[in-house]
Amino acid sequence: MTDSAAAAASGEIQGEVMRFAANKPLRLDSGARLAPLEIAYNTYGRLNAERSNAVLVCHALTGDQHVASVHPTTGKPGWWSRMIGPGKPLDPDHHFIICSNVIGGCMGSTGPASMDPRTGKPYGLSFPVITIADMVRAQAMLVEALGIETLFAVIGGSMGGMQVLQWAADYPETLFSAISIAAAPRHSAQNIAFHEVGRQAIMADPDWRAGDYEAAGVRPEKGLAVARMAAHITYLSEAALQRKFGRELQRDGLSWGFDADFQVESYLRHQGASFVDRFDANSYLYITRAMDYFDLAAKHGGALTEAFLNARKVKFCVLSFSSDWLYPTAESRDVVRALNAAGCRASFAEIESDKGHDAFLLDEPQLDATLRGFLSAQAQARGLG
Amino acid sequence: MTAAREDFREILRLVRPGARVLDVGCGEGELLDLLTREKSVDGQGLEISQAGVAACLAKGLAVVQGDGDRDLDDFPTGAFDYAILSKTLQQMRDPAHALSQLLRIAEQAVVSVPNFGHWRVRWALLVTGRMPETRALPEPWWSTPNIHLCTLRDFVELCRELDLRIDACSALSGGKPARPIDPGHPWENWRSETALLLLSRRGAPPRAPAPLDLLGDVLPPEPAPKPRRKPKA
Repeated sequence: MTDSAAAAASGEIQGEVMRFAANKPLRLDSGARLAPLEIAYNTYGRLNAERSNAVLVCHALTGDQHVASVHPTTGKPGWWSRMIGPGKPLDPDHHFIICSNVIGGCMGSTGPASMDPRTGKPYGLSFPVITIADMVRAQAMLVEALGIETLFAVIGGSMGGMQVLQWAADYPETLFSAISIAAAPRHSAQNIAFHEVGRQAIMADPDWRAGDYEAAGVRPEKGLAVARMAAHITYLSEAALQRKFGRELQRDGLSWGFDADFQVESYLRHQGASFVDRFDANSYLYITRAMDYFDLAAKHGGALTEAFLNARKVKFCVLSFSSDWLYPTAESRDVVRALNAAGCRASFAEIESDKGHDAFLLDEPQLDATLRGFLSAQAQARGLG
Repeated sequence: MTAAREDFREILRLVRPGARVLDVGCGEGELLDLLTREKSVDGQGLEISQAGVAACLAKGLAVVQGDGDRDLDDFPTGAFDYAILSKTLQQMRDPAHALSQLLRIAEQAVVSVPNFGHWRVRWALLVTGRMPETRALPEPWWSTPNIHLCTLRDFVELCRELDLRIDACSALSGGKPARPIDPGHPWENWRSETALLLLSRRGAPPRAPAPLDLLGDVLPPEPAPKPRRKPKA
């Protein structure tokens, strides 16, 4: 039995949807309001009597709330099962772990595939454009609704790490500690460029139908698959791709055509094809847009330091990976520099890895050890057993 | 505490309880850990090696992975009460710049430097005619990380050039308890193996070191040697 299955058997995993009625709208950065609002979330472990052991895990672009339990569509273990479980850095025996699907997502939280109450049809492209700050505002509503005043930790990698930084800027008084992994304080031109390729692939698919594919009973699977393939390359390092595939062929000899001759082609095709089973094309458009709009310093006159001025009591841990070229170490260093300048206590480490951006999801003993050290020290400071 | 860490004992003595401390080149965090436990300091480390950073994090210390040669510039002015640079100044690319940065970041700096004027060093050079390898400087010339060695007299002169005040100084020799010294005294330049100094900016209001205010503003009576090159201020 896997750890998550064991936890499920003991009744400790709860999958829920928090509903906020029309009179409690989510105010969006765009000025729009989202109501009614649903937030799908999973929890692991139990909230202690002092309500001091809650940890919010923020997921990445294509992640979801099934962080440490079997995914309902794919049947695969949760995306961070290796980090969450008995004896692991995040331990349901000690922590009350919450992970919610971001708004705009497609795993149960309100998103472009949800019903628009005004029309009775799916939102599609009439869903308002959302931001990372909007996602965090929704999470804050969830955390408050769960009766939690202070989060022991908020943690996430990639887009999850951006949410962590946004939490520190917008809700510093709610945080005891914050852990941002393989993230950046803003989306670079290169980041936006890759996302634009993905969006154009989706929108070029005739089945996308200007976002109204649901009504036509089709899905822009080809476009979404290409978007995923392009993005997937950015998650790996050149060294990792070379080590995994090199120039290895699928079968003996070349096809002298355009079949997937090379293993790397076959691998990418598989990544694309399996992705469309679990992800919605419009959600992909909205969430990549939210990431592109992310620039934490923008609201603070371009000075990142200003974003963290009220977070002096929060203990920060910022981690990057040496081979991550999507959100390179220099981006994390910018965050650390701003935290230092703001007078925040920050720890920072660049973890040696040749696995690229995706290293935060993979077997990286140094990441585990670092998180374990930071979390146990914070637990001691917080008075958690 | 081992005898080899007499410098830690001396630093512990110098640092005020509850102070904000930056330890540059904190290694695995032994000193910060000691300062946190015994002096309740609010500590932050800067360390270049990943192993060191991981060890610090495991101890619950705040540590930033970075290079003292480059990353001191990123810390805001006046963020700390003390900046500690233990036995690494002579390994830095630009010691004068590093010292200036330490005293921009912190009110006071605690710096220890091996003394190239120590009699063992002078003797080794005189007798063997080769680069000295001593207890305090054990590596051969071709593998030593020490690229900017100086004598105690040189260091005192650099402090004068940078307009820094020496608030206290003690000598450390081979694990013996620290001995308060007058760093400007020519004799100390012979017999001190390593010097540990508490520095502040000359313009800053005087702040008494924990026990002994040896020197205050007084500089050595001997005529200071002319610097060969004007250090960058």
